[in-house]
Amino acid sequence: MTEILARLNGVSRVYQKGKERVDVLHELDLTIDKGDFLALMGPSGSGKTTLLNLLGGLDKPTAGTVNVGGAELSSMSNSQLSKWRATHVGFIFQFYNLLPVLTARKNVELPLLLTKLSSRERARRAGIALDIVGLADRAKHRPRELSGGQEQRVAIARAIVSDPELLLCDEPTGDLDRATADEILNLLKVLNTEHGKTIIMVTHDAQAAEYARHTLHVDKGKLEVRTAA
Amino acid sequence: MKYFALIWKNAWRKKIRTSLTVLSVLVAFLLFALLNAIGFAFRSGEDVSSAERLVVLNKISLINPLPISYQARIGSTPGVAAVTHASWFGGYYQDPRNQFAQFPVVAEDYFRLYPELIIAPEQLESFAKNRIGTVVGHELAEKFGWKVGDRIPIQATIWTKADGGRSWEFELEGTFRTDDPRGSTAYMLFNYDYFEEARAFGKGTAGWYILRIAPGADPVEVANAVDEQFANSPNETETSTEAAFAASFAKQFGNIALIVQLILGAVFFTLLLVAGNTMSQSVRERIPELAVLKTVGFGDVAVLGVVLSESILIIVMGGVLGLAIGWVVVQGAAQSMGATLPGIYLSPQAMLIAAAIMVGAGIFAGLFPALKAMRLSIVDALARG
Repeated sequence: MTEILARLNGVSRVYQKGKERVDVLHELDLTIDKGDFLALMGPSGSGKTTLLNLLGGLDKPTAGTVNVGGAELSSMSNSQLSKWRATHVGFIFQFYNLLPVLTARKNVELPLLLTKLSSRERARRAGIALDIVGLADRAKHRPRELSGGQEQRVAIARAIVSDPELLLCDEPTGDLDRATADEILNLLKVLNTEHGKTIIMVTHDAQAAEYARHTLHVDKGKLEVRTAA
Repeated sequence: MKYFALIWKNAWRKKIRTSLTVLSVLVAFLLFALLNAIGFAFRSGEDVSSAERLVVLNKISLINPLPISYQARIGSTPGVAAVTHASWFGGYYQDPRNQFAQFPVVAEDYFRLYPELIIAPEQLESFAKNRIGTVVGHELAEKFGWKVGDRIPIQATIWTKADGGRSWEFELEGTFRTDDPRGSTAYMLFNYDYFEEARAFGKGTAGWYILRIAPGADPVEVANAVDEQFANSPNETETSTEAAFAASFAKQFGNIALIVQLILGAVFFTLLLVAGNTMSQSVRERIPELAVLKTVGFGDVAVLGVVLSESILIIVMGGVLGLAIGWVVVQGAAQSMGATLPGIYLSPQAMLIAAAIMVGAGIFAGLFPALKAMRLSIVDALARG
């Protein structure tokens, strides 16, 4: 029997833009199995990123509950969410969002600064993460000295360095050419199949979605079709 | 410490901007060091003053002398253990730029009243015996290369001699020093008898009296008792503590402390604007990066701490450099200007104040950008990036 990692019940998210009320998600129910690789697709403004933010504890629902790995995110304080994010979830963004002033290794070490690990242990774990993404030899390079694909690999290493069970990817290949995108998607697949990471990936790219086990379509704040890849 | 690399790298992300900010902080703290050292020189008399000594001045002003006959009456006042006198001579050595203080005194009485002045007993004895003898502080002796036996001509700017001449010649009998680093010995002492005999006017007077109060006596009562004796006389007195005397002496040059504070106030106000602007720009430029820090688990307080630490670091870097350069300059000035401006000194207290200002200015300059970073909404900030 598959174990459920995340459960969303009646989740709505409403934003107020001046006097205008924007319903981004509307009474959404969703369960995500542990070990799944889920692609979230849909047109711009459909609520994909908002859903990802809710699953990652970056945002809170206006109504409903978000439970990830047994943690009730919707009722946690900002401080509790920060601590939860540090150990339970890794984020991968379209534009990598690496700190340009730090080397690849130091970027990967960032989440570990919040732990009590020694500097040697932090460096060791960052080295392992860089090794997994195939960039052990670029540890001392700064982001501007790396290609887009390499930057995204560093971002993936940062996301997995604290060994979270959930990886949230917001258009991880949106800024990459096809060949590099495929390399990144293969890496994500390896992380899913061999390292057991649950991955939720927002994408506009149908070819990218093919790497996922399931694809979920979001439109106008509602889930539409769930297809097995 | 584990955040230091992050804070350091962020501080130097725009090297030119940070360098210029550090430079402006450096200049501010260099000024702080120099002005404090100069201010200290003017206050040094107050700092090294003794609570056991009182100074008796003419009530009208410091430049009005008192009759020499007052010495015996002051000496017999209850609570007075010892009394001596000194006068302002005002002269220079060879060149008007070589100005330093000279005081005609009664040799042994004066050194008894000032036990902190260290002189070899045989030199003091020779000084007392030689009518035209003089002793100088070791700073002066070093500056002018004087040694015992040298004849030192001093050109008077106030006290002409009875023969109309302005040149007073002295014979160096010794040097004295003090172990108190705040105390200056850049002055000359010579015999009052010679001064009294040779001067053209003002005979039978002394500039001021210095008295030591007896153990257990109340300084206020002693001061009142002295002043009451001369009340309603042509030369009324005002007896005060040595610190008050030093302060009133320094005030002849203007309110140095106020001037120093005003200058430093303007400098540090400008510094806050410069550093605050640097931090605001720095935070504005990396909103998405700060959002990433929060995303990976940095809490609000951690983000606030990182930005504040960066601001403090920039100010401390400039401040420490400015103080270090200031210290070197003050040391040099103390060597070269010790005679003209004795007591120039960068005190440990000033260093501590500077350290407190660095941290305070760092917090103040970084506070608003840090609060902005702390309150950042991750979702909005990532959307901006």
